[in-house]
Amino acid sequence: MKKLTIVLAALAFAGAATNTAGAADGDTVKAIKARGELLCGVSTGVSTGMSTLDNQGNWKGMEVEFCRGLAAAVLGDPSKVKFVPLEFRVAFTTLQSGAADILARTATWSYSRDTSLNLDWAGVYMYDGQGFMVAKKLGAKSGKELNGASICVSAGTTSELNLADYFRANNLKFTAITGSTREQNQQNLEAGRCDAYSNERGGLAASRTAMKNPDDWVILPDVFSKEPLGPTVRQDDARFRDIVAWTLNIIVAAEEFGITRANVSELTKTSTNPEVQRMLGKSGEFGKMLGLEQDWAAKVIATTGNYAELYDRNLGNGSPIKLERGLNSLWSNGGLLYSPPFR
Amino acid sequence: MSTIANSNPTDGGPSRYHARSLVIWARTNLFARPIDVILTSGIALAAVALIWAVLPWAILDATWQGSSRADCRPDAACWAFIINRSGQFIYGFYPATERWRVDLVFLAFAAALLVLLNRRLAGKQVAAAFLILVFPFLSFVLLHGGIGGLPRVTTEKWGGLSLTILLGVAGIVVSFPIAIVLALGRQSEMPVLRWASVGYIEICRGLPLIAVLFMARILLPYAFPPGTEFDPLALAVVGIILFESAYLAEVFRGGLQAIPKGQAEAASAIGFGYWRTAIYITLPQMLRMVVPGIVNNAIALLKNTTLVVILGLFEVLNIVAAGAADPDWLGLHAEGYIFVGLVFWTLCFGMSRYSQRLERDMRSAERA
Repeated sequence: MKKLTIVLAALAFAGAATNTAGAADGDTVKAIKARGELLCGVSTGVSTGMSTLDNQGNWKGMEVEFCRGLAAAVLGDPSKVKFVPLEFRVAFTTLQSGAADILARTATWSYSRDTSLNLDWAGVYMYDGQGFMVAKKLGAKSGKELNGASICVSAGTTSELNLADYFRANNLKFTAITGSTREQNQQNLEAGRCDAYSNERGGLAASRTAMKNPDDWVILPDVFSKEPLGPTVRQDDARFRDIVAWTLNIIVAAEEFGITRANVSELTKTSTNPEVQRMLGKSGEFGKMLGLEQDWAAKVIATTGNYAELYDRNLGNGSPIKLERGLNSLWSNGGLLYSPPFR
Repeated sequence: MSTIANSNPTDGGPSRYHARSLVIWARTNLFARPIDVILTSGIALAAVALIWAVLPWAILDATWQGSSRADCRPDAACWAFIINRSGQFIYGFYPATERWRVDLVFLAFAAALLVLLNRRLAGKQVAAAFLILVFPFLSFVLLHGGIGGLPRVTTEKWGGLSLTILLGVAGIVVSFPIAIVLALGRQSEMPVLRWASVGYIEICRGLPLIAVLFMARILLPYAFPPGTEFDPLALAVVGIILFESAYLAEVFRGGLQAIPKGQAEAASAIGFGYWRTAIYITLPQMLRMVVPGIVNNAIALLKNTTLVVILGLFEVLNIVAAGAADPDWLGLHAEGYIFVGLVFWTLCFGMSRYSQRLERDMRSAERA
């Protein structure tokens, strides 16, 4: 075993010596192309609906698929992604050090993070926010009816502070029952130790799926905090940030224009809509403007589908989580998703 | 002395003798006084009640087969989760068609260990030579592949229980010689050597393993040219060895200090030099004395391996935790953690039993 370790260590340093294409010199795309794969920072398989492992050990989830779409855009091949599992504590520093090209790891975009970490959020692929889950038989329709309730919440988190703010602002009283993990809070709620559980709605939906009988529980419509989750990149590479942002935009725009994973190759040939033609590379030189292939957007859509498909498969009704779209609907349906024009 | 201690289990006659001795044993140990009767029956009742409460959930109503939680009964254990993903929990992401390589490595290890540990089997020198000289190369070539027609399996695909055991074994085996050198160095009369050993031990022992792994993950990339990629497994193994060798060195120093001065003086009186004294006189006695300490460290290390998730490695605990977050299996944390608990308990209890047997054998060898 001693020799084994020496060989391993030697291998690591040999790998280090041969792979010196710079990532921190600001040209992320060049580094990705030299390496032949995108380094995508994800969770350690614990972010339900965003990045988890299936029975065969393959990565799945909305953030995982976003990275595959980005690999399709940059390298033309959605399989050329290496997922870097990161604990939250090391996620931002790993991105800064260049050991990942992008972070797709349920990172909330906030003022202090954006300004002090030397990182940029290239958009938002999920507008999450804090809400309540209660037993259906409680009959509550809104959080404002929870006066005097005992509420489960994770100790020492922003959720706990947001909850206190919400009740103070509405002049209501509550008793906090604190747990340390999502599982613990979920079990406290199920065992009746509290009347409601407050967390981000994505987490609430996952907890609901984990209940013995998910149909007995409802997530109230109130959303009282902003948790915009988006892809995070280093601040020193505006070009790469553009590529990530427009990869997200193309997924949103595809839903707007009815382009799906199934019909994208068909529409590339037949669509008469000038904007769709520009998006899919039929007319104009829109690929070149980003330094990508002409058909990059078609490849992204062929990988992830449009936003509705992507969401439905991983978080929505096509998944066990069944979280309604809420703010994650197109602007034309009362949501916040809006892509600038392809012009 | 040793014959009395060891005679019963092996040459015990027909069961009648056993049954009678069992009754006598129970009467003297469990039901001797009224308070004993109350305590014994109370504990027995509690145990029965516990089993009665847990049995339906854990065994009787449990689901053993299925491809997602939807196939499981909601009010009982869903062992289908563990069974369905057992390949992943044991081998990590190692390709299914190549898993025989992992099996072979552990079989070879187990066989060599069996020969080495079983008093009745011959060929201990051959087994030891194999374990130290051949096995590391063989296992690395087998596991990593890339030559001789074996497909290459990069280290980030290694995971699960096999990774836990690999980290534990590599950690202890490699730290062992380093720790001996450090322990000798700490007692050396040469100041530079002594200071270096003391410095190493105090620094590495003063750092939590989690901090060493954080540094490997966060600081190391800054110390090398941009774009440098590190093998996370190599980082984990190096980090564990740094940490473990300092701990073992202190265990060994304790053993060395317990050996009477007269031993070394007698050795030098008959013309033994430093190394010959160490190899033939002090080290063998020291090693015999510190077996409990080594096993204690090995058990602590095995449990510490769960920290390598910081480097993005999925050993058994974290691959199970990830499994329980999969939307298809949500809500099965209890089953997952019970499984992991049993795995760790079995490994640690096995090590502890082995250490007790080793101590017993050594004691009887001393007295013989």
